[in-house]
Amino acid sequence: MKTLLHTIKDLAGRLKRDVRFMEVCGTHTMVAFRTGLVQLLPPNVKLISGPGCPVCVTDTSYIDAAINLCRRPNVIIATFGDLLRVPGSESSLERERASGAQVRIVYSPMDAVNFAQEAPGKHVVFLGVGFETTAPTVAWSIRKADREGIKNFSVLCAHKTMPHAMAALLKDKQVGIDGFICPGHVSVITGAAMYRFLCAQYDIPCVVTGFEAWDMLKAVAMLLQQRVDGRAMVEVEYSRSVTERGNTAAQELIHEVFEPCDVNWRGLGTIPQSGLAIRAKYGRFDAARVLNVQFGEAQVPAGCHCGEVLRGVLTPLECRLFGRVCSPMNPIGPCMVSSEGVCAAYYKYEKRAA
Amino acid sequence: MKRDRILLAHGGGGSLTRELITKVFVPRFDNPVLKPLEDSAVLVMSGKGYAFTTDSYVVKPCFFPGGDIGKLAVCGTVNDLAMQGAQPYWLSLSFILEEGLLLADLKKIVDSIAETARAIGVEIVTGDTKVVERGKCEGLYINTSGIGRICTPNWWGASAVRAGDFVLVNGPLGEHGVAVMSQREGIAFSSSVVSDCAPLWPLVKTILDVGLEIHAMRDLTRGGLSAAVCDIAEAAKLGICLDESSLPIGREVRGACDLLGLDPLTIANEGKCIVFCPQENSETILSAMKQHPLGKEARIIGRVLPDPKGMALLRTTIGSERIIDMPTGEDLPRIC
Amino acid sequence: MCLAVPARIVELHDSCATISVDGILRDVDVSLIEEPRLGDYVLVHAGFAIHKWDQSEVEELEAIRAAGDLRQALA
Repeated sequence: MKTLLHTIKDLAGRLKRDVRFMEVCGTHTMVAFRTGLVQLLPPNVKLISGPGCPVCVTDTSYIDAAINLCRRPNVIIATFGDLLRVPGSESSLERERASGAQVRIVYSPMDAVNFAQEAPGKHVVFLGVGFETTAPTVAWSIRKADREGIKNFSVLCAHKTMPHAMAALLKDKQVGIDGFICPGHVSVITGAAMYRFLCAQYDIPCVVTGFEAWDMLKAVAMLLQQRVDGRAMVEVEYSRSVTERGNTAAQELIHEVFEPCDVNWRGLGTIPQSGLAIRAKYGRFDAARVLNVQFGEAQVPAGCHCGEVLRGVLTPLECRLFGRVCSPMNPIGPCMVSSEGVCAAYYKYEKRAA
Repeated sequence: MKRDRILLAHGGGGSLTRELITKVFVPRFDNPVLKPLEDSAVLVMSGKGYAFTTDSYVVKPCFFPGGDIGKLAVCGTVNDLAMQGAQPYWLSLSFILEEGLLLADLKKIVDSIAETARAIGVEIVTGDTKVVERGKCEGLYINTSGIGRICTPNWWGASAVRAGDFVLVNGPLGEHGVAVMSQREGIAFSSSVVSDCAPLWPLVKTILDVGLEIHAMRDLTRGGLSAAVCDIAEAAKLGICLDESSLPIGREVRGACDLLGLDPLTIANEGKCIVFCPQENSETILSAMKQHPLGKEARIIGRVLPDPKGMALLRTTIGSERIIDMPTGEDLPRIC
Repeated sequence: MCLAVPARIVELHDSCATISVDGILRDVDVSLIEEPRLGDYVLVHAGFAIHKWDQSEVEELEAIRAAGDLRQALA
């Protein structure tokens, strides 16, 4: 560890300028803050958190739609715990549960399928939020439900994929990025080769990184070395889990059940082909279709800067609402309420601004 | 977004519970005895100090690895008295029973209460029973209130804590929470983790018998170690810094936390406490704790600092520091 | 959304397996990995095994965790 820190210090010193490395995975955000590793970096190396929290980049209109669904008497919402406290425009699933709506926390999308089998008189809607790591697990659950002829299960799909969003960040002049710490577990599914186009088109180093503090510090060293050498390539720090090709069975499953679509990322706007929609073949598991869900206009609460924070343009400390009006107890936007939201991480683990 | 209903998190022992207490309850009942908001109230009668406390028990399932709601109902209240340095003497016992509850289950729970009380030497001296319709409470709820006689030469509480004090814990964290969680629908997993539910008075007596100055004790219940140190740091207006590599956490508890994305510092305990004492007393007190079955794995885990006032920090295993925040109150399993 | 944890397969059933994370046992779906075997180490996310590790990769993780503890490094 000491050697690694010396290497980082030495390489950063050779660069003589500020460098900004962005991580785009909520779990990386949490590890960085939980371990305090940001404090160990030299002053000219900035680690910024990008849109890696799938809950944070989901439109308020999706939460509102989920809330409207859970108010229907014969609907059970099954969701990952991460979504429970996220504020919609007027309420949250936690609040709806307190008012009597059936909202169940699950660990796996298959738990939602099992609930549906146990409750034939109800319709179970699973909130499908997550990137490529989670998409195959939801795809599998849909396919299983199809094969077993389950009729009272569907998914309200808001899955998104990383590569186009990462490219969109690089096109944005306001966001200066010198390298990407690439999401380790997304890459287990997709393979490391997925990022090559970023290096080729945008001259940006990419390091696919694991989730120990050591992994992240090693990735910083590798990115710094690339910058010093003038290279821009994909390197895999997380070699114990990530291969070039990834998990092809999982990729085929995603392809079978989902198709790419244009989707709105909170803070980034609409990014073409960056979302996943359920294919017509599995249309009876598409909650939006089957339950005639209406999505309202995306609304951003007054004064909320989650969008800029997600793009790495502002740090949470630079948002006027942070720690004053907006806190984990009273979150204005998802960045504060999601357990891996960058503002929640700052609030928990850094000195508070106010 | 207006908060106009009680949420599950309000009962979690974290920041929402604290908000309820400070904004709804205390303003209506404010008095000098309530003010310290320690684990027990201290009453002085005929020149002697008594501790008085109350607690309700709604744990689900009623029977869990290592105990049941009955044993918990005695230990939890007795432990609140012990944290004030009070030997427990008398308990009241109230039941709210659900229509349809099996009499055999009730008898098992009452047997457990009797056995636990007898082992500690505490008497059930008054009680009450109510029954509500099927579906209005899950099986049963229990409330116990307790009175004990204070045996400490000095006031124990957050206001007695001083900068420079050491913080000790009597054993591994998170066992009760993991044991109960493993039985819960939706996130079920199997483990051999057993609740640490135990009466702490015998351990506290051992510490008292050492005869050295103690400043405070707090048992670690809902909200875990995080809630306890945050509470004390805020009440004492001092900083507390814990050392992550000193925290005793069992392998399986760590495994459950890794699997579900939980923080072991926020998970409930029912047989663990932290002790604040002057640095010069800490080694002797630690040795005494280690001689007792409930303190075999006791450790020094941190110290009290003059700054940052009101905040708890963790010195991480990679040598950095980060804030220990008050948990919000509901341990939600994450996949992120 | 990247929380995945290493686990060991301790029982095999049809399309699922019982895994152990430091003694915590849970059933997970193993349909996304090839030829799961008893004793294999897998990465588990949302109730599914998404990757299989070999012994050297497990040892690498243990070494990294040890290296990441500055106290041990300084001791």
